[in-house]
Order: sequence, then C-alpha cells, then structure tokens
Amino acid sequence: MAGRIPEALADACADVSEAGPGDAVAGVAPRFVARPAGVTEAAAVLTAASTLGMTAVPRGSGTRLAWGVPPTGCDLVVDTSRMNKVLEHAAGDLVVRVQAGVGLDQLADVLAKAGQRLALDPPAAAPFPGPANGASTAHPPHGAGTIGGLLATGAAGPLRLRYGTPRDLSIGITVVRADGTVASSGGKVVKNVAGYDLGKLFAGSYGTLGLIVEAAFRLHPRPAATSFVTLDAADRESAAAVTALVASSPLAPSAVELDRPARREPFRVGVLLEGDTEGVAERTARMTELLGSGSTQPDPPAWWGGGAAAAADGTLIKVAFWAADLARVLGAVDAAAVSAGIDPAVGGSAAAGVLYAAVAEGAPASAVARFVTDLRAEVGAGGGSMPGAPPHRGSAVVLHAPAEVRAAVDLWGPVPGLGLMRAIKDQFDPQHIMAPGRFAGGI
Amino acid sequence: MTAQATPGTAGAARAVQGAGEVAGAAIDALVPRMTEICGRGGVLTDPAELATYECDGLTSHRCSPGLVVLPTTAEQVAAIVAVCARAKIPFVARGSGTGLSGGALPRADGVLIVTSKMRRVIAIDQESRRAIVEPGVTNLAVSKAAEPFGLFYAPDPSSQVVCSIGGNVAENSGGAHCLKNGFTVHHVTGLEVVTPDGELVWLGDGTGAAPGYDLVGAFIGSEGTLGIATKIIVKLTRIPEAVTTLLAAFRTMGAGGAAVSAIIGSGILPAAIEMMDALAIEAAEAAVACRYPEGAGAVLIVELDGPADDVRRETEAVRAICEKEGAYEIRAAHDAAERTAIWTGRKSAFAAVGRISPAYIVQDGVVPRTALPEVLDRIAELSAASGVRVANVFHAGDGNLHPLVLFDDAVPGAEEAAEEVSGAILDLCIAHGGSITGEHGVGADKSKYMPKMFGPGDLDTMQLLRCAFDPAGLCNPGKIFPTPRLCGEVPGVRREPHPLVAAGKVDQF
Repeated sequence: MAGRIPEALADACADVSEAGPGDAVAGVAPRFVARPAGVTEAAAVLTAASTLGMTAVPRGSGTRLAWGVPPTGCDLVVDTSRMNKVLEHAAGDLVVRVQAGVGLDQLADVLAKAGQRLALDPPAAAPFPGPANGASTAHPPHGAGTIGGLLATGAAGPLRLRYGTPRDLSIGITVVRADGTVASSGGKVVKNVAGYDLGKLFAGSYGTLGLIVEAAFRLHPRPAATSFVTLDAADRESAAAVTALVASSPLAPSAVELDRPARREPFRVGVLLEGDTEGVAERTARMTELLGSGSTQPDPPAWWGGGAAAAADGTLIKVAFWAADLARVLGAVDAAAVSAGIDPAVGGSAAAGVLYAAVAEGAPASAVARFVTDLRAEVGAGGGSMPGAPPHRGSAVVLHAPAEVRAAVDLWGPVPGLGLMRAIKDQFDPQHIMAPGRFAGGI
Repeated sequence: MTAQATPGTAGAARAVQGAGEVAGAAIDALVPRMTEICGRGGVLTDPAELATYECDGLTSHRCSPGLVVLPTTAEQVAAIVAVCARAKIPFVARGSGTGLSGGALPRADGVLIVTSKMRRVIAIDQESRRAIVEPGVTNLAVSKAAEPFGLFYAPDPSSQVVCSIGGNVAENSGGAHCLKNGFTVHHVTGLEVVTPDGELVWLGDGTGAAPGYDLVGAFIGSEGTLGIATKIIVKLTRIPEAVTTLLAAFRTMGAGGAAVSAIIGSGILPAAIEMMDALAIEAAEAAVACRYPEGAGAVLIVELDGPADDVRRETEAVRAICEKEGAYEIRAAHDAAERTAIWTGRKSAFAAVGRISPAYIVQDGVVPRTALPEVLDRIAELSAASGVRVANVFHAGDGNLHPLVLFDDAVPGAEEAAEEVSGAILDLCIAHGGSITGEHGVGADKSKYMPKMFGPGDLDTMQLLRCAFDPAGLCNPGKIFPTPRLCGEVPGVRREPHPLVAAGKVDQF
C-alpha cells in the first residue's frame, strides 16, 4: 500500500512517514502521513501534494474522522498534531487565536486560568482506533477533538442553544487551499464585516475545501455557577411540552437537552442554568416552580450531551428541525424505528431543533437504511404547509455508520443549494484532491 | 467615506457614466421585457426619477442608474436577473438605501433592483422562534410583528426604523446590542436567493443546522455580490424579562474607557456599551437637548437585560464599577420612556454633528477593546496635529469606533484634510489588529483599504466564492474588491435545476 516517500513531499515537510494500518480514514488506507509544524510547512505539503496529484485528507486527533462518506481517494493524511500552539489569548478582549491542532481540552485549560471559555461543548468521544496514537504524534489525542476538527465538522453540544455552533464563535480563519495558497479572512476582533467570511464556509466543510491551519474565536466568561434541573417526561408530547415551556421562559437557559436510551423508557429532560451564584440559585428555584417538579444538581447528569457520542461503532444520525416540530419529529423517529424493527437511543438539543438518533452496532444495514429514509422524508416535510417556507424544513444526516450501512443509504440526503456547493468546490479545489467524496453530493 | 452634504466627491462616480451610448442602448432594449415582468409602474426610466436612486446613505458617491425596477415577488426578481444575465448587463440590489458604504451605489450601465415593494412578513412561527419575511421589510417591522408573541428580532442597526432586512443580510448589520446578541449572521437561518444567473434557490432550511456548506453564512455580509435575497428566515429572540439602562458621566475618556474594561473584566456581558466624547455630547445637546450631565468628558451608556433578578444585581455591580472608575453622575432608566431619554442623545449623534459642522465623514473602524484608550489618544493627536476636529461616538463594548471627522466643505482643502485624517484612523485600526469596518461594509467606499488589511492570497481566495456564485461578474460589480478576479472557465461545474421551480408555483401569494 505505502511506498517510498516522494521527494517533493519529503522536501516540503520535516515529518512525513509511511502510513500504518491505524491511519485509515473511514476504512480507506492512506499511503503517507505528513505532520506539518505550521502554516508554511502545511502550505508546502499541499503544494507538493497537488503537484504530485495526490489526494489529501486533513486529520486532527481523529475524534470525528469517521464522520462523512469514506474518501474516494486518500493518498496523504495531513495531520495537524504538531500545529498545537495557542498563538494569542487576549483575555481583556475575550479573544483567542490558535493553531488548528490545539485540543479543546488543552485550550479549555489555558482559558480557564483567565476565567474564560470557548462556549462550545461537543461531546467527547473515544478516538477512533489508531489514527492519532502513532509514536511520532507530538501531542496526545484529545477526547473532545481539535479546533480544526471541530470547525471542519461543525460539531456542537448542548450550549448550541445559547452560543450556537463553531461558525457562530469563529471570528477569523487561516486556511491552506488545495494548491497550497494560504488565505485568511476575518481577524481577531469580534465585530468585523470586511470581506467575505471564509470561516463560515469552512465550518462544517469536512476538509473538502482546504486545510484549516489557524482560527480565532470569541470567548465568554466562565460562569461562576451552574445548575442542572432534570425531570422525566413520560411520553413524546410531554417531553415536547416541557421543552417548549422552558425555551419560552424568561429564565435564559443555556441549554435544554432531551435523552431517551430506549423506546420503552421515559424521556429525561435537562435544563442548564448558568450565571453568578445568586442568579443561578434564584433561576433554579423559578425553573423548578415553572416545571412543577424536577431535581437539581450542580453537575451535569451522566447522560448530558451524550447524543452525538453514542454508538461509536454503530450508526449516528443527526436530525435537525424547526423547534415547534419536536413532538412530530420524535413521533417520526419512533414510527420509522418501529417499522424498521430497531430501537435507537434519542437525545440532543431539543430546544435548538437538533436531536441525535444512535443505532447500536449490529442492527441490520437494511433496517438502518430504511429507518433513515423514512425519518428523512418525515422530518424534511416540516410540520405541514407554511407560506413562504423552504421545500425542506429539516434534515436527517448520517454522521457515521458501519460500512454495510454506508453502502445501503445516502448519508447526506437532500441538501439545499447543492449546485452552488459544487461550484464552490470546483473553484476552491478544481482537481478535487481535498477529502474527495466525503461531503454531500459526492463533493 | 461618508461626506454628508458634500457634493464634492461625486466626480469619481460620474466617470462611470462614461460607459456610453452602447450601454444606454442595451439598457433601453431591456425596458419592454422588464415592463412585462414588473408592470408599467414597476419600471422607472425618467431621468428625474432615476436620479432619486443615485446614492444610498453614503451621499458622496453618486451615479444615476441606467434603469430602476421595483419587483413585488421573488419570481419577478428571478426573471429580472435572468434578463440581465442573458444581456450581460450588470445589476445592483437596493433595499431602503440607508447603507453607509455605497454598497447599493447604482451603475449607469446597469439595472437597479429595488426591493422596497417586497415588504410582507409572510409567517411567524412562535414556538420555533422564526419569521419568514421579504427583503424589503424594515428591521423594526420584524420586531413589531413578533412583539405580540413575546419575541423580537435582535440585530438593531441605528437605522432600524427604515433599513430593510434584505440590506441587513447584505451588510451583516449589527447595532448597539450586538455586543451580547451578535450580528445578522447569527440570526438568519435560511435564505431564498436569486443567484446571479437568475435561478431561485434556497440556502439553508430555517433550522440553522442544514447539511452542507454554510451558504447562509457565506452569503450574509457579501454586500449584494453573490445574489439577491428574496425571502429571509430570521431567528426571533425572547423579549427579556427586564431591561435597565445606565448612563454614567466621566470627566475624561480615559476614565470611561477604564470602566468599560472593568465591566467586561467582571464577567458581566451587557447588551450594549456605548460611549460618546465631549464633542459628540455637545453636538447631541445642540440637536436634541438630551440633557446629559454637564461637564462630561465622556458618557457611557450601559444596557443590561435578562432575568429580572440578574439585571438588578448586574446593574448594582456596573454602578459600583463606574463609581470606582470616577463616574460623577449615574442615571438609571427602568422603563421605556426613561430609556428613550438616555438613548436619544446617542442615537441622534450622527445627525446631530450636522449642528456643529457643515460636513463630516463617518468612519467604522474596529480595534481590540483593550486598544481603545491608546487608539483614542492617537486619534486625539491626529486631530490636534491636523486641526481637523474629530467627534467620537462608538460601540465601546466591541471596540467599534465611529469617529466623525468634521470639516467645512466651503473651505478649500478642508475635505482633503478630513479624508487624510479619516484614512489615518483606519491605518491605526489595522495597525492595532483591527478592521476597517465593523458594520457599515466595504462597499464602493473602502475597497481601496482592503489590500491594507488582506493579502493578495486572501483577496484571491475570497473571490473564488464570488466566482462560484457569479462567474460573469454582473452582480453588484465594483464593490468590496479593489481588483476583480477573472473567474475563467472551470471544467466540471455542474449546475442543477433547483428544486424550487415547482415550489414557486405553489406559492400562495
């Protein structure tokens, strides 16, 4: 599989090795792994790769490397683990600038010293076997992933209700294009409308437009106190009603999560309140009163934010919808699951209109495919006709799945604006060498 | 640069009209088809009528459009753009025309597509906290429509009474309260757009989590160069339980600036922190008699919103910080009337400067908040050295300066001196790691500064996006980028028929 390292590649980067079995990307074995130490080396690597006509897949710590369609080509893995410096933390400005390989845990430690945080909490996941565990890795793998991987996958957790997703907190980005051109947009000030915002375009682009090498983010103060109010809801309707009640309350919840491990079990509803100590205590009391029941704890319940972490070896589906559609979407999940003969766990940021369905490993691929297809049709329909609304008002995307399931169903489903996305890909990467085939519509 | 009430700088724009007879004839040839699409009342050809559209809020750049069309539906916009695309005639979209960077500056050889007749709030979904609106709806009208549901639309540019949502999308508008709530890009989850080849396409699906590239995020803030938004799905926010506005007067700008840093450093995130210097206060007093405390070298306006108890405590904390930093008078407003009294001076500041100066230039540079004291000192030095007066009104919380550079356009050379100071202020912003524009956009006005902030690789890469949307370069050409990129033929570009052709037919309106 591997071969002698091409001279141009070896010249471009001090750390290039032949790939091992642990370097496979969603089952596709690369020939080489390059670990550039910074922007200059990263640009040289991609210049060399494009000259050699090699396909390249970016990799952080591998946390979400199995997300997306397996690449149609993967000659080279560009590993960001040596680009792991926090370049600038301007605490007074609540801004941080980092290299792409910086781990979220590593960054959190740095920011915590100043009483700050990057208000994104994607679920930590066990790294997929191997990729970043090689002996030459300069930094250990990070359970929650790297900044580059976070941006590339657009991953977010419960805090998305209040703070959004990586694209919302990103204020500047530096990327290397497929041909080695280095480009930046934005900067290190929060308010800035000069030029196009490439950060938005690269957030959630799965490595298909280029390699993210640096990024700047807006930060927030770490709350002095947190409180989790949890209660059980017997059925879908009451879970949806509680979610709507909390979301419409004036109590400024930072997150509202649902979780149900199996169909026969009740829904667990959790509300996160953050702020100063007194304020959180007051709002916790008011929230409990509003809900009429519920228990309170300062730390997250064990199930909190677990939706996207579930089923590392199974199938994980992200369902997005308009919040008012929650009860109907939960009904659609159950109907599709019953009809397919499976029992996925369901959970996620219900008030923000994002849920995850996790099907355990071992479910027949045809059943999972049927579940996804049925669910997609129902979710996309939205809650019936609404004047002026888009044709699809929701989506069901398979984030990762075993090979048999991937073969049986389109992971992405319908994507609005796909023609424009293809045109963008063709502009940024005309040779289609960056993570080819991983994205929607074969991009 | 905004030089209001100064016709002097129109010369450069006039040159565009040299496009000549050929362009004029090509545009005249479009009139019958445009009349078929928009009706007789929807097409303006009379030079006197065209002249009323010759500039947006940046009055120093003027150019009468070749033709003005006023469509009423998305399908009409698509048909208009398709006609332009076939004829290779450039087109520019315009909402309410309040932009401050000449983003909607028309072309003499082009068509100006005005969305002001598309002003329906089509749907409000209370539980999803979403509204679907047309581009000509004013910013404030969205909040008004949402109010009965206990919701509002958070971005609030100062021109919110008149500015349109379509224009807000083009400019990624902010406003005083974006410190806490974010910008337009944080509050739009779906866009129906007409692409520069006349196709009607949805970007995003209203969820805010649509699969694929974030085309909504890429489109917002693209200043009308990637297409024309015809429907906008906005996120609505719950009206906060309590709002308190504090006005604190300081003897010096330095003391006011120290208070800003201390507030942010305490972990409080106010909805807005605004600051005005003595000259800006003087202007506001002259214009609207806002009765700010006498003798103030700086006033700070801090607005706190959220759950009632939190607001009460944060108000006390901010009050204590201001006192500690030397505030000699603090007023608190708890109801709408009191709040309005405090905000009147700030909101009228731009226009008010007209009372103390015949003309002025507004800048929109941004610096890291911690660099504010130094940059303000340097601006004062620039002002002293040049003799050009500069009034400072700014969004202190996010470092967005709005220096008002004053001059008398009757004095020869005064405008040039003011422009020099204005440019030097932008250089200061760039040197301090900031930006040339925080919310007004680059438009026709600041494209010459773009190479100071971005390198050739950056600008080239941004324009790849432009090429993907508008390879022919017909959609609001000449804005943002000092040098247009030739897109060339990219092999393998596939464009699919969009899925909305059918949906357009079922549109109930």
